[in-house]
Amino acid sequence: MPGTDGEAAGAMPAAPGMSRRQIRERRLRRRSNLIAASSTAVALAAVVTLVPLAPGWERVKKSFFNAEIFAETFPGLLKAFLLDVAIFAWCAPMIAVLGLVIALARDARSPALYPLRLFGMLYNDIFRGVPVILVIYLIGFGVPGLGLPRPWNSPYIWGTVAVVLTYSAYVAEVYRTGIESIHESQRAAAQSLGLSHWHVMRDVILPQAIRRVIPANMNLLIALQKDVALLSFIGPVEILRQAGVYKSLLANFTPYLGAAVIFLCVTVPATRYVDHLIAKANRARS
Amino acid sequence: MTAKLELTQVWKSFGSNPVLRGIDLAVNEGELVCLIGASGSGKSTLLRCMNLLEPVDEGRILLDGVEISDPEQDPQPIRQRIGMVFQSFNLFPHMTAAENVMLAPRRIHRLSRAALRPEVEALFERFGLADRMGHYPDQLSGGQQQRVAIIRALAMKPEVMLFDEVTSALDPELVGEVLDALRRLRAEGMTMVLATHEMGFAREAADKVCFLDQGRIVEEGPPSAIFTAPREARTREFLRRVL
Repeated sequence: MPGTDGEAAGAMPAAPGMSRRQIRERRLRRRSNLIAASSTAVALAAVVTLVPLAPGWERVKKSFFNAEIFAETFPGLLKAFLLDVAIFAWCAPMIAVLGLVIALARDARSPALYPLRLFGMLYNDIFRGVPVILVIYLIGFGVPGLGLPRPWNSPYIWGTVAVVLTYSAYVAEVYRTGIESIHESQRAAAQSLGLSHWHVMRDVILPQAIRRVIPANMNLLIALQKDVALLSFIGPVEILRQAGVYKSLLANFTPYLGAAVIFLCVTVPATRYVDHLIAKANRARS
Repeated sequence: MTAKLELTQVWKSFGSNPVLRGIDLAVNEGELVCLIGASGSGKSTLLRCMNLLEPVDEGRILLDGVEISDPEQDPQPIRQRIGMVFQSFNLFPHMTAAENVMLAPRRIHRLSRAALRPEVEALFERFGLADRMGHYPDQLSGGQQQRVAIIRALAMKPEVMLFDEVTSALDPELVGEVLDALRRLRAEGMTMVLATHEMGFAREAADKVCFLDQGRIVEEGPPSAIFTAPREARTREFLRRVL
């Protein structure tokens, strides 16, 4: 409305070099910031005053929010978390490679390679259809049960295998989406030069496809960082297991809260970074 | 004399939709043949069939008198002999202009970048792009991208070049530089088939103009005949609309 604009420009000392539109937008921005801040404050106040009114609050506070126990167990948890990081660090590259192999197997076109394609399809159906924890149990307990000699009965090896197999199925799907998102004209141009199927894929399609799905794969990596903790069910004393040990030792659940805090410290920045990548990719596309 | 490229009774359908309905066409060595006709008349499909990007349903395509349209044949070595340039350039966006050009010779002839360098530099020089070799496609204008696409096809030393509406996606002021590149190729004796809406260029440069309508070559002849005295009513009507 021109009238409001005129008033605003008159009321506020117009900053030099700002147009009427900019002034109006600044005013609107300030107003919505103020509303957002006050509604957040009200919501927070409600939580802080209402939750302690619950009948079990004192008990929950003692067993989940015990500051002393938090401080006492936190360093131990942090140390155990290093094992999660290590497992993650060796799983991630294996998943990236196996996922790509499965994606390519599913893309195999020649009839002679049909078994490969069938394998890729079955693989994806099976490992995406079964909960991770079940795969970890089946492989983690099943394979060492064959009576393999050390070190081949290690839960690290078979836990890693279980996680890598499961996550590769998801990563393969992401790669495939990327491959399919590359416009047919790129394939036509590469073929018209006389390049073989393999070279078209390796030199033209894949480099573009992989770049395009980096954000989606990063999301899976964040999920992986959390699921690594499931290995604790078959033995390794990583953070979740360590928190359980503390819980039993101290008869208090606060170590679980500590573990959650540690996970959040890693996953929240990672998630924000992925959001940033996605936003950047969207901007580049539009 | 055998034609460089010869098509006899080529048929092609997509599903139940016939796109090419019995095309006969001969392109002699060093000739520039222009395909004209409305959108959907089959020009692009015809070019894609010549390059074996689309298999033909019926009929034969001969290159130097040897059939290349046999579906049992491996299309790759044949495609290396027939270059193609597309309407939307289709450069590989993750490679520089020079890498775009070098990819096929590197992979197919297994030549190193260093070995290819002088030849590729000469090509860029010839098409006025010597200072653009290290640029990525999105740093180039449409006209420059299309010239790089021409260079990329030429790097495989093709015997025939196919051009599919290569100026249609360009801003008017950039059309000229691409047409100049085509004139240069023609002067050097390249055998060329061009699907185009540039009637001025067809009239000036073509040896033969073919008017396609609904998957058939309705009329063909030297540009002077087609453009000044078309025999067929459909040709006359088309030309009245576009000229």
